[in-house]
Amino acid sequence: MSALTTVPAAGTHRPAHTRRPSLARLTAVELRKATDTRAGFWLLAVIALVALAIVVVQLFTGSAEDRNFADFFGGAQLGTGLLLPVVGILAVTGEWSQRTTLATFALEPRRGRVVASKLGASALLAVAVVAAGLVWAALANLLAPVVTDASASWEFGADGLGRVLLFQVINVLVGSAFGLALLSTPLAIVLYFVLPTAWTVLGSLISALETPAQWLDLSSTTTVLLDGDLTGQAWAQLGTSVALWLALPLALGLVRVLRSEVK
Amino acid sequence: MITVEHLTKGYGAVTAVDDVSFECVPGTVTGFLGPNGAGKSTTMRMICGLTPPTSGGSTVNGVAFRDLPNPGRHIGVLLDASAQHAGRTGREVLGLSARLLGVSQQRVTEMLELVGLAGPAEKRRVGNYSLGMRQRLGLAHALLGDPTVLMLDEPANGLDPEGIYWMRSVLRDFADRGGTVMLSSHLLREVEAVADHLVVIGNGKIVADGAKDELLHSGGLYVRGLATDALEKVLVDAGLSSQPTRDGGFAVAGDAETVGRAAAAAGIVLLELRPADSGGLEEMFLRLTSNDSRKDAA
Repeated sequence: MSALTTVPAAGTHRPAHTRRPSLARLTAVELRKATDTRAGFWLLAVIALVALAIVVVQLFTGSAEDRNFADFFGGAQLGTGLLLPVVGILAVTGEWSQRTTLATFALEPRRGRVVASKLGASALLAVAVVAAGLVWAALANLLAPVVTDASASWEFGADGLGRVLLFQVINVLVGSAFGLALLSTPLAIVLYFVLPTAWTVLGSLISALETPAQWLDLSSTTTVLLDGDLTGQAWAQLGTSVALWLALPLALGLVRVLRSEVK
Repeated sequence: MITVEHLTKGYGAVTAVDDVSFECVPGTVTGFLGPNGAGKSTTMRMICGLTPPTSGGSTVNGVAFRDLPNPGRHIGVLLDASAQHAGRTGREVLGLSARLLGVSQQRVTEMLELVGLAGPAEKRRVGNYSLGMRQRLGLAHALLGDPTVLMLDEPANGLDPEGIYWMRSVLRDFADRGGTVMLSSHLLREVEAVADHLVVIGNGKIVADGAKDELLHSGGLYVRGLATDALEKVLVDAGLSSQPTRDGGFAVAGDAETVGRAAAAAGIVLLELRPADSGGLEEMFLRLTSNDSRKDAA
């Protein structure tokens, strides 16, 4: 092959002292990994389109006073919140199912930093989805008075945005935590949707579980974030359920990833 | 420079790698030979921190792999050419790692050109690559960070003869310019052409470690003459222990001068007098392989 003459002399272009890649750089790489495959790209595109579809539906259903910026924005969050955990799961498990961990951990052997950058990238993607929701809601609120009766109010508080961000970041990170603990895409997706749902169903069927369910049922403790101000007890319930469904699998997953053999 | 010291890995009762020590020095290509399942890949995974050793350790350029600030700038690793995301293009695979390593996208283009994947091939998804193309991409990936050390697990797998020749030239050139190369194979012939140094592993233990020429030619001399019977008598008379080979020659333990003089004195025309083939090493290698297959059958 004629290209032989360009074989590089070993290490000639390299600085004498190399620096470890910063967490910001690792996170940027993880963000790119989450979007540069067909599966990753279309998952995010579908989430943005689901948010758009919900906003469009709101334009033509419900009552006129609900057609305002805050309701357009809030309405789309449950739908996107359902899909965001899959983003978190894929960000972690994609690497294991495609066995790219061999290359990733050979380039950054401090695995905890890779995991941290994956969690960071997942959280940033949740923020991006929320940002897309803001854009859709603004467009809808501009359009609503033109096509239908609408209050078209722009009233919206920073605390409301903060609670939505928290809601979505929790959603995506619970997905990542399940992915880390299970390291398998199908297993993590199935268990993510089955386990909390089974718990919700059990909680509603068995009266003895009613009180624990209020503290440990993630879907009900997080949905209140979208409804408005939280009482002290609601925050405590949110914290408890997040500890069970996010912190616990995350801790198990970290132990597994840091200790396991990469093949 | 790769230094491996008393590296051991046990899985329950099985010791996959047993007290392995060797060195790969700059300017040389070290062939890491062994039958399938001998512990080659496990050793390599331990060197780059992917498998925690049970005991012992290893360093790259004098530093433990985990303590290298940006390992890809020091050691290029190719452990499994198929372990790439099938949905990414060849260029994207390299582009991602270039970002992590902090090297330019220009370097990605150069490496794609070096391994012959520039142009339409770089825009195809790795899932559509042949194994040979993946090996080329893997070598480009290993070279991306401009390292001084290369560690490649079975890099010739899936390459056509032209590709194998090309791969050897790249590795030879890399070592000749001061780089350290360690490559594994289960085929003696495959590394014989490129390695200066051989480390042979069998059942997790190092069974041979030395310069290629020493190891391959430790089998004494090969001599063949026109008059086979007369030659045998001469060799016996000279007190040289010899073994007839199938092609009418003799494997002789002795030096060339003694054999040559003895033959000349008897007036025997010699057709060949040279160091014996890699018989010794090859025999040992086959023995290792058959031991393994017997174990598999049991």
